[in-house]
Amino acid sequence: MIARRHLLSAAALGAGALFVSPGIALATAATERRFVFIIQRGAADGLDVLRPTGDPAFAGLRARLIGETPGIKLDAMFSLHPALVEIGKMYARQQALFVHAVASPYRDRSHFDGQNVLETGGAQPYVVRDGWLNRLVAMLPRASDDAIAIAATVPTALRGSVQVASYAPSALPHAADDLMTRVTALYEADPQLHPLWASALETRGLATDVGARQDPASLGTLTAGFLTKPNGPRIAMLETLGWDTHNAQAGRLANQLRNLDAMLAALRDGLGAAWATTTVLVATEFGRTVAVNGTGGTDHGTGSVAMLLGGAVQGGRVVADWPGLAPGRLYDARDLRPTAALDALIAGAAAESLGLDPARVGRTLFAKSGAVTPITGLIRS
Amino acid sequence: MPSPSLSPAAIALNRFGLGARSDDAAPADPKRWLTDQFGRFEVRPAGFAALDDAGLAAQRYREAQQAVRQMARQEAATDATDMKAARKDSRQDLQALYRAGVQARADSALATAAPFVERMVHFWANHFCVSVDTPPVTAFAGAFERDAIRPHVLGSFADMALAAERHPAMLLYLNQVQSIGPGSPAAARNPDRKRGLNENLAREIMELHTLGVRSGYTQADVTEFARALTGWSVEGLGPGARQGDPNAFAFRARQHEPGERTILGKRYAQPGDAQGRAALLDFAAAPATATHIATKLARHFAGDDPPRALIARLADSFTRSKGDLPTLYATLIAAPEAWVPTPTKFKTPWEWTISSLRGLGYRQAGRMQIATLQTQLGQRVWKPGAPAGWDDIAASWAGPDALLRRVEVAQRLAAPLGERLDARTLAPKLLPASLGAATADQISRAESPAGALALMLVAPDFLRR
Repeated sequence: MIARRHLLSAAALGAGALFVSPGIALATAATERRFVFIIQRGAADGLDVLRPTGDPAFAGLRARLIGETPGIKLDAMFSLHPALVEIGKMYARQQALFVHAVASPYRDRSHFDGQNVLETGGAQPYVVRDGWLNRLVAMLPRASDDAIAIAATVPTALRGSVQVASYAPSALPHAADDLMTRVTALYEADPQLHPLWASALETRGLATDVGARQDPASLGTLTAGFLTKPNGPRIAMLETLGWDTHNAQAGRLANQLRNLDAMLAALRDGLGAAWATTTVLVATEFGRTVAVNGTGGTDHGTGSVAMLLGGAVQGGRVVADWPGLAPGRLYDARDLRPTAALDALIAGAAAESLGLDPARVGRTLFAKSGAVTPITGLIRS
Repeated sequence: MPSPSLSPAAIALNRFGLGARSDDAAPADPKRWLTDQFGRFEVRPAGFAALDDAGLAAQRYREAQQAVRQMARQEAATDATDMKAARKDSRQDLQALYRAGVQARADSALATAAPFVERMVHFWANHFCVSVDTPPVTAFAGAFERDAIRPHVLGSFADMALAAERHPAMLLYLNQVQSIGPGSPAAARNPDRKRGLNENLAREIMELHTLGVRSGYTQADVTEFARALTGWSVEGLGPGARQGDPNAFAFRARQHEPGERTILGKRYAQPGDAQGRAALLDFAAAPATATHIATKLARHFAGDDPPRALIARLADSFTRSKGDLPTLYATLIAAPEAWVPTPTKFKTPWEWTISSLRGLGYRQAGRMQIATLQTQLGQRVWKPGAPAGWDDIAASWAGPDALLRRVEVAQRLAAPLGERLDARTLAPKLLPASLGAATADQISRAESPAGALALMLVAPDFLRR
């Protein structure tokens, strides 16, 4: 039996394609708490996102990128990039927390290896095969539908033993019922295709009345729509692209951050009352060089910034054991030295957001990356 | 699981080739059928030859963009509107050129007498990939495949590497045209305008195109190689370039970092252009590169987790032949691991589209917009969005939504053909002596001829190769 599926409204494939890959991934769980992971693929420059304007070396290093607009002053040390207007408001309402000089265990400078370490929770690339977000879903009490995901394909962080469906807005006409029935029969005995097909049908059923545009705000609204369905998904992952600013960073990063800001605002507004039980984690594979390169950009680096946003976040603060930007303080004499472990932040934030034991979450998500002591006190219970 | 078993003829047509056509006779000697194609490959098919001049299009776009900037500075609002319109027009020209390039690629894949060699073109274009994320790269993507990849697909790896890294598309995509030696005359002349090194191309050459990630080089090696590459630029398009051929490589000696370099422990004392070139050629011949290329090639044919023995033999063939690609292909064709009867690969959207159109009898794309179709299927041609290119494993393509879209596209492709094609006789031709019983049964019971064709295209047998 195939659920009746409805045409989605207009789709704008390709719009904003540099920022958002056409994909959101979600998983259901029997909880009213929600956890969203937004990955910034390409290495976002933490020193430009959350600027250490109080560091005496900062102005000299970054004057060419900052120009006349130092940003939204948060405290004596840090100012937020001026494009992050809505995130600045969340900070003022104590719903945004930043962790600076943070990094995964990865210490080289390949995007693809770095993303693999970030998403699998391993210490080395390609050692762990499944993703930490999938292992997190497996720790939650199961809903009737096990797990659902939304994206044309499933990102590494969500791959693993829990079956994850995928969904992305499409402008294609739907196939005839006879074809659907016969395809279902053909895939029935195929261990790879059957589960994919089953979840595709189920997910389209969920997506009936959600708009199908792909600009950042619409994707935030779409995600919120899924997360607020009565038996819908409670875990979501959004992939953002375009953070690899080797040149012309000032304009490009401002545009990226405006998109991120719009997506988060739409997510917050779309969640309504559910924002109070939602945590959004924003993180990237590594940071960028402290110095500006010869082409008005920055090259691959190490430490960066991560964000926690949501109604229950113990926000309004920046957590940082600031390493300093003086030449002797840098990592490899070129990068922001990491003083906080991204794994510890993820474990603590995920555990406290979903009401799980932090130590157990740390062991389950990051067993392969060494002894992780989850950061706690991040979320109001 | 019903374990479908492919005949050697079906493997040659589908795993090595781009999918059978209804008028293809099943090859009697599949290996010979593949090696014979080396003599039939057309380097510059009509569609590619007819593409508009990419360099001129990129130049026009740049001029329009500069005019808009200048107008904005002078605050001449009325003229600025005209200028913005001109810039929009030139951007649309670039998009049209991109779409024509995609059509040429599809036409070539549909009409070719050498489908295995065409597959290798697609493989190498993804290995040395550019991504049409900016207007200039959008203009050059088709020309890049035509001029840097196709002429060398039956040549040597080193020649292809040189052609790819020195092509305007690559030099622009990975920011090389902006990279300037900090100690060069160009930097000294303009100390206030801080221009300097950009290590993007250097890193991706080492990590992605030749040696491979974690093969032993350090950050210092990357930076040294970036210094060696300074000066590599495009004749009519680099910063400040006002004249010259925008399709041609240029070495700008004034931007080159003076002095000798040490990369991976080896000294490079060559002057100018020869320095970066010598390092690149050393990388192309390195054992790490042989293993890197062998692994990707093995993965493309023998499965997502390719057998180590096959990788070792391919790497050995690469090294012994000094990167001679036909020798490498011959080693692959001779390898039993590439002929296992169980399908080894889940087709990417591009492979699935081309094999579907070939199976349905198309010799050219005609009015079908291949670029749009690939966008809907999730694999925009020449736009992987990152310099690593598209992934070559099933997990990247076999997603629930991706599957649903293939079903929808199959229905659309099949709709106009139900009167002309009978899936019951076509399917056994496309998969000679290999069609699964369940697939044949469902095809025979479909409610309409078009429905049966669509079902054939999305049957498990046809989604894999």
